[in-house]
Amino acid sequence: MAETKIAIEKLYKIFGPRPQSVLAAVQQGMSKQQLLEEHNHVLGLKDINIDVSAREISVIMGLSGSGKSTLIRHINRLIEPTSGRIVVDGRDVLAMTREELIEVRRHSISMVFQRFGLHVHKTVAENAAYGLAIQGTPIGQAKEQSRQWLDRVGLSGFENHYPSQLSGGMQQRVGLARALATDADILLMDEPFSALDPLIRTDMQQVLLGLQEELHKTIVFITHDLDEALRLGDSIAILRDGAVIQQGNPQDIILHPADDYIFDFIKDINRGRVIESRSVMTPGEAVDGPSLPCDLVLEEALQVVSAAPLGRANVVDGGGNAVGSISLQQIIDAIARPAEEGDQEARYR
Amino acid sequence: MDFLTEFPSMDRQDLRDLKKAIDGGFRDFSREFGEMLENFFEPLLRFLVWFEKLLIAAPWPVIILVVAGLAWLGSRNRTVVAGAVLSFLAIGYFGMWQDTMSTLAIISVATLLCIAVGIPLGILMARSDRMQTAITPVLDIMQTIPAFVYLIPVVMLLGIGKVPGLIAVCIYAIPPIVRLTNLGIRLVEKEALEAADAFGADYRQKLFGVQIPLALPNIFAGVNQTIMMALSMVVIASMIGVAGLGVPVLRSISNQYLALGLMNGLAIVALAIIFDRVSQRFGQRLQRHRGGLDHG
Repeated sequence: MAETKIAIEKLYKIFGPRPQSVLAAVQQGMSKQQLLEEHNHVLGLKDINIDVSAREISVIMGLSGSGKSTLIRHINRLIEPTSGRIVVDGRDVLAMTREELIEVRRHSISMVFQRFGLHVHKTVAENAAYGLAIQGTPIGQAKEQSRQWLDRVGLSGFENHYPSQLSGGMQQRVGLARALATDADILLMDEPFSALDPLIRTDMQQVLLGLQEELHKTIVFITHDLDEALRLGDSIAILRDGAVIQQGNPQDIILHPADDYIFDFIKDINRGRVIESRSVMTPGEAVDGPSLPCDLVLEEALQVVSAAPLGRANVVDGGGNAVGSISLQQIIDAIARPAEEGDQEARYR
Repeated sequence: MDFLTEFPSMDRQDLRDLKKAIDGGFRDFSREFGEMLENFFEPLLRFLVWFEKLLIAAPWPVIILVVAGLAWLGSRNRTVVAGAVLSFLAIGYFGMWQDTMSTLAIISVATLLCIAVGIPLGILMARSDRMQTAITPVLDIMQTIPAFVYLIPVVMLLGIGKVPGLIAVCIYAIPPIVRLTNLGIRLVEKEALEAADAFGADYRQKLFGVQIPLALPNIFAGVNQTIMMALSMVVIASMIGVAGLGVPVLRSISNQYLALGLMNGLAIVALAIIFDRVSQRFGQRLQRHRGGLDHG
């Protein structure tokens, strides 16, 4: 198990004039509806428990109104919780003084925003250098240091432009460079690519994955897009109505959806491109046939296995040791969309 | 029936006593503190007198050069500069040079004073809703109460002269800069501010790095309005002894000198238009980052 970088424990957030007065009732299970109708408070987050592993991309997914943007803002305490604990690097964020919190925001946690959050009166170079300038680095030096990050995200030559002169994708690259320049271990990304065109979004996902391969930041990534979540996430937590309804690795969620709500979410995705061989293989002895790596997705495994004379292949781990076998039938079963049970219209609501 | 036809007002004697008490109280207050206040404003008076003398003593071509230079710095527009120079030449030609210099002096000092007090007040107001609720009605009063009404206590306290005139001008002219500073800061996009918070900016860094720069166009609109309102107070200020273009206007009212009134009035208008165009264009230039080519 990877080392835990951020631990969120029993986090509750209630919006309204006197949240503490209704906290106890909510903790005993009062519903969102009842809370709103009888007490005029809005339930933001309910009993959130998430461990974010170091050096991984943890995706928090949910539709609008599910509380995901509220949740991510608790990690650097842009929003104060009603109750709960948030531990970052072993320190309780909620117990910090104003000054300590500012230190953490300057050096340990940086953030990328859905609507970029750039400062329109500053040039690209000044924006990218913002975090460093806030840390107290002289602006000239800060610009020098942040230039390499602008290069990394492909914005060399745009240093003296203003954000309004750039396209959305380019603006978000500035946002990314600004977040990376502070050298913080933790990167909070609040739907960073949601405002972008689909093609540019894919592009930016590649940029992020490329950077992560090298930088190994602890990334908390918010999205409403399942494809994006599956593409980027080492682990995924699904949020609905302010509560986590399933968390685990992407394979888990697709093969074992916790409830109908998640089932409906995943039923339209291309399973062959997401599910990996090891998730459907039969563990055990080596069989007669070709070998394929355990993290090969089924779509590609299918090519190997269907070409094999016996319709079977060995699944091998990173060290080349066989860990199990996979058959044509197993692959087909896993790719086929699972049957839908019951009347799906009325299942959730 | 008497009760319905005649308003149940305060007893005449009581009312008279009340007014007397207020008058007496204020008179005692001004006897007690008038001198102290005068001493307090002494440096301001000296500066004002010095500045006025400087403007009057300076050779007129120098003044015109400085005006042209400032107009160019502010507007970067030849038409505006040419208009300013021509206006000043006409003012001098029609014999209003000295009065114009006096007016220029008091308007400049009043504007500086309004900026120095108004912007911090606006910032304070933007900081909390409670502050805003407290300050807004005061600004309303300052803008709507007839100037003559606050001239009375000001004159009682400080007598007749430049400083009370300056204060009267400022009372009338300060509200726009306070309001627009407050508004400008409150209109700063939440995202920009949230980003500053997320990167650990403290209050000062947010204020000077994000809020004020983004509010500048609005703040400048406030400065512009403040200058305009200060100019419109020139005639009233001349009633309590402020030299300048207001004095001949006042004289022409009591003596029915149409031409004199018209000329000096037009000189005030010319000053107003020059100030307005220069400061507006300066405000527009502050927003050039918004213009950019839009890639969509």
